Amino acid sequence: MSQIALLGAIEVGLLFALVALGVYLSFRILQFPDLTVDGSFPLGAAVSASMIVVGYDAYLSTLCAMFAGAAAGIVTAWLNVKLKILHLLASILTMIALYSVNLRIMGRPNVALLGEETVFSPLEWLEETYDMPMYVALPIALTVLLIIVKVALDWFLNSEIGLAMRATGENPRMARAQGIHTNGYILGGMALSNALVALAGALFAQSQGAADVTLGVGVIVVGLAAVIGGEAVMNTRTVFRATLACIIGSIIYRLAVAGALNSDAIGLKAQDLNLITAVLVTLAMVLPGVRNPFRKKGGAS
Amino acid sequence: MFAKRLGMAAMASVVALGISAAAQAGEAHVAITQIVEHPALDAVRKGVKDVLAENGYEEGKGLKWSYESAQGNPATAAQIAKKFAGAGPDVIVAIATPSAQTAVASTKSIPIVFSAVTDPVGAKLVGDMMKPGKNVTGVTDMTPIAAHMQLVKRVVPNAKTLGIISNPGEANAVSLVKLIEVEAPKAGMAVVNAAATKSGDVLSAARSLVGKVDAIYIPTDNTVVSAFEAVVKVGNEADIPVLAGDTGSVERGAVAAAGFDYYDVGRQTGEMVVKVLQGGKPADMAVEGVSKTELYVNLKSAKKQGITLDAGLVGEAKKVFE
Repeated sequence: MSQIALLGAIEVGLLFALVALGVYLSFRILQFPDLTVDGSFPLGAAVSASMIVVGYDAYLSTLCAMFAGAAAGIVTAWLNVKLKILHLLASILTMIALYSVNLRIMGRPNVALLGEETVFSPLEWLEETYDMPMYVALPIALTVLLIIVKVALDWFLNSEIGLAMRATGENPRMARAQGIHTNGYILGGMALSNALVALAGALFAQSQGAADVTLGVGVIVVGLAAVIGGEAVMNTRTVFRATLACIIGSIIYRLAVAGALNSDAIGLKAQDLNLITAVLVTLAMVLPGVRNPFRKKGGAS
Repeated sequence: MFAKRLGMAAMASVVALGISAAAQAGEAHVAITQIVEHPALDAVRKGVKDVLAENGYEEGKGLKWSYESAQGNPATAAQIAKKFAGAGPDVIVAIATPSAQTAVASTKSIPIVFSAVTDPVGAKLVGDMMKPGKNVTGVTDMTPIAAHMQLVKRVVPNAKTLGIISNPGEANAVSLVKLIEVEAPKAGMAVVNAAATKSGDVLSAARSLVGKVDAIYIPTDNTVVSAFEAVVKVGNEADIPVLAGDTGSVERGAVAAAGFDYYDVGRQTGEMVVKVLQGGKPADMAVEGVSKTELYVNLKSAKKQGITLDAGLVGEAKKVFE
């Protein structure tokens, strides 16, 4: 595998680690299987790209993308807690609606960002001054971002609000008995989760040169694979370890993809990726010591 | 230096996930990335490969051919682009817009030849169609509207006003209409555009053109093409010749259309790839539109729509419906 391919895999892995953290929040903390992410990931891309091409600042555009993602999460949560629609179905409804919304936001299926000023543009300074190529600078910048997000998320989940949110997911009835407004925490948690996913979408579009209406394909599967894969390789008894596992899981997943793309000798091709994903997730679930949501109840705590 | 050391360290920590086959010396390496497997896009790829073979670049004999499909997944497309950027092939061929964009985002030095991209300037692949100026050029599958306007003139020589029907909500159709409004006057025709936002509106849109136009041209707009029979009905009733942007519509009642085959788009792309392999610089190679189109005519429709097709035109047709 070439250095560019390897660092490229780490770069995409770090971007999708944000998705994994979002999925960890909804799937593990709130016990809410959320397919909204297939729509909120391209939503983040659509909002940031559309704003950037009309001349808004890239950082402001990315922030707006996060707010849009949060709004999408709130819609799903609202459908669930207020209209009493099954969580899985509620998230599917938001996801399909977002396809149209994304088309509306962009006005066309693809908004190109090649050559535009993005949040990564300042990294070009490193290239000019220190001769550090973009494919090295980008993963480093993303690592810094991930550390910040992870620390903030760990702090949040250990705060009083975070503990109440975890209680909401673990045992809603008991949480309510303790005076916790579970509906509010579900809305807030879903907003936070989808804001992270939209941030990932916005950054993905900016690093890959375009927002496309098809960007959301399979994002939830990748997010789940990262969460479950991460849990397979390390124990997740504390929040600190659980969020770290999400990031590691996401990078491992991308390295596996890169491995598949670069293993012509073994005969694996990109065509086999979906199969590899399925095998990976299955292995992770059956490996001993892994918490399996489909076999017994219990989230990371 | 720093980059190299970091890469080495990372490499060592990840222990050989993949084994990259080293290219043989003197071999031309063409890497092809495709967003999804789909008959039209597969035909493009086959066209490229056939032209390479005809020019002495056969797989295993002077050609290293790397092909990856992203299976419709943009994140995979990004990783494929990174793989190719790192492998350093002589040319990267990128089929369809998303694959081309990720390739362009991944390398500024390896020549990239894209194909089947409708709007390369809008997709920011090139700044200028005539002078790409960077490492990127290719073939666009935009309908050759200028040629189609010439065809309208050949079929209906005294046409002064051309009617078109399109869906204002379809991005591709909107850009085609803009182009028609530029090209039709050059062929001596004014344009009347009737909007149909859904298939059910096509019939009334076609009727609104009666008495105002001498011919109707239907661009490759999914909404209108799906209700093409409604346009033909109006054309037959009111003796207005109907032409189309795609050959498939001729069998459904258009008098004529000059469309293209994606295999030929691939062949044209292949010729650009050969030029690059032989030392051509993408910066100096203009983006090409589709040059080879096939003419289909329908004699029965011509009769119903009140015209006789010129014998020369019928002779040129690849397919004649009677």
